[in-house]
Amino acid sequence: MIELDGLTKRYGEKVAVDGLTCTVRPGIVTGFLGPNGAGKSTTMRMILGLDHPTAGDVRIDGSRYEQLTDPLTCVGALLDAKAMHGGRSAYNHLLCLAQSNGIPRARVGEVLETVGLMAVARQKAKGFSYGMSQRLGIAAALLGDPRILMFDEPVNGLDPEGIHWIRNLMRSLAAQGRTVFVSSHLMSEMAQTADHLIVIGQGRLLADTSMADFIRRHARSYVRVRSPQRERLLDALHEAGVTAVEAADGALEAEGDKAEQIGELAAGHGIVLHELSPRQASLEEAFMRLTAGSVEYHAQSAAAPGNWGADRQGGTA
Amino acid sequence: MTSDRVTQTLRSEWTKIRSVSSTGWTLSVAVVVTIGIGMLIAALTRNQYDSLPIQERLTFDPTFISFAGMTLGQLAMVVFGVLVVTNEYSTGMIRVSLAAVPRRGTFLFGKIAVAGALALLVGMVTSFATFFLGQAMLGPYRAGLGDPGVLRAVVGGGLYLTLIAVFSMGVATMLRSPLLSLGILMPFFFLISNILAAVDTTKKVGQYLPDQAGSRIMQAVPRPDDTPYGPWGGLGIMALWVIAALAGGYALLRHRDAQ
Repeated sequence: MIELDGLTKRYGEKVAVDGLTCTVRPGIVTGFLGPNGAGKSTTMRMILGLDHPTAGDVRIDGSRYEQLTDPLTCVGALLDAKAMHGGRSAYNHLLCLAQSNGIPRARVGEVLETVGLMAVARQKAKGFSYGMSQRLGIAAALLGDPRILMFDEPVNGLDPEGIHWIRNLMRSLAAQGRTVFVSSHLMSEMAQTADHLIVIGQGRLLADTSMADFIRRHARSYVRVRSPQRERLLDALHEAGVTAVEAADGALEAEGDKAEQIGELAAGHGIVLHELSPRQASLEEAFMRLTAGSVEYHAQSAAAPGNWGADRQGGTA
Repeated sequence: MTSDRVTQTLRSEWTKIRSVSSTGWTLSVAVVVTIGIGMLIAALTRNQYDSLPIQERLTFDPTFISFAGMTLGQLAMVVFGVLVVTNEYSTGMIRVSLAAVPRRGTFLFGKIAVAGALALLVGMVTSFATFFLGQAMLGPYRAGLGDPGVLRAVVGGGLYLTLIAVFSMGVATMLRSPLLSLGILMPFFFLISNILAAVDTTKKVGQYLPDQAGSRIMQAVPRPDDTPYGPWGGLGIMALWVIAALAGGYALLRHRDAQ
């Protein structure tokens, strides 16, 4: 279990992590989601005692990281796959980590076997592809057979086979009762692996909710309608008690999935329709909506991640 | 428990240091350059001994002659010390290392103990080898290990190389960047310190610089000058510099974020 309590990190004037309070529980995969620059990596570094919090506190099963005896046997982490000396062999990289925490040498071979790097164990890490480095980093995280595992953007730069492998690995680690905390900036990735979601934006907690709850709340259905008689259509929808908002291109988006009802309603009022299509807002859109106000660097053209301001603050726990 | 942790860290740092190629080449260069230049200068001195002025013949120090390669050889020790520390930072390994050993004092002094012990071993071997080979080149003008002050100078030469390496480790811990560390330490030890110690107006300060003070111990024959410290006093001054560099490195490592 990882407990964050008012965790804050400031760099001068800039706040990277802002009063983050949440708990990462064992037995499930907890997704740590946020746009790039939201403070995910900084938070993870503070959990490992690498960066000093400006305020607040992190507890690992009740202790501070620095107080852990042989921390690798308690927390295994992959922060940056390329963070290793390129001139050192995979075997020696893992061996020096094992020795520092009193982990038996035999374990090095075991984890190399697990990640499928046995054949290149004696090769220097600088010749490794990104995917191989990623596997070596995961081997290092598994080395101490820890109860808590933490992965920062583990699928970045992996091929589909590697992504599949890592997803299954995280799921099986959680099924063994371990705490698995994994960050990503892709909702679609999380939807396939995480049981629980912690969403942050600009260092602030935006949501702390189960994946199922998040989907129920955010996977919104709507019907997209285009008509030259938009005002009349709006009135008709309003009378029928259907909530509708205007989309960026002038079309209407009516809540719900009742395309038939809207078509018949329009026919009844003699309103011409140019388009009538049921749509499903993706989780990605829901995530973008949730973090829209907190994204630091907006791309100029992508200013409108949907214009349904109706429930913008929905899901903020 | 604490001693377990220290033993584990030492073992881990030994694996780290023996598994990268920079350890081998920096230390080999230190040995080869120090001995090579020492033998060369000793051979040249032997040939020109008869043309030396009487003053120089009276204070002739065959031991110190054979250490002539230290000026260049120590630079390889500087590179060794700098790379041992900055390898962690330039590769990002420091975050992995400190996650494994979060007590930063244990991490830093474990690393320095291992690297320092290796530097001591190589330094002693180099010093004794350069002495014996240099004396062999000097032929009739040679000194023996039993002559007054000679054993102290030879052991001192090994200590000197060790302290140079450890001082560089401390400075590198403060600066973190290999280029910055080498960019400051190499010209400092090769040029600046020698100039400061040679020019009359800066000599009073220059003689307290780590290499100037420390190298005094390698002189077996006392020279008629007004240096305000003896051989061990000089080495003591150098040791204070080393302690200051390590203290600075530790203070910064403790308070900084790991990157």
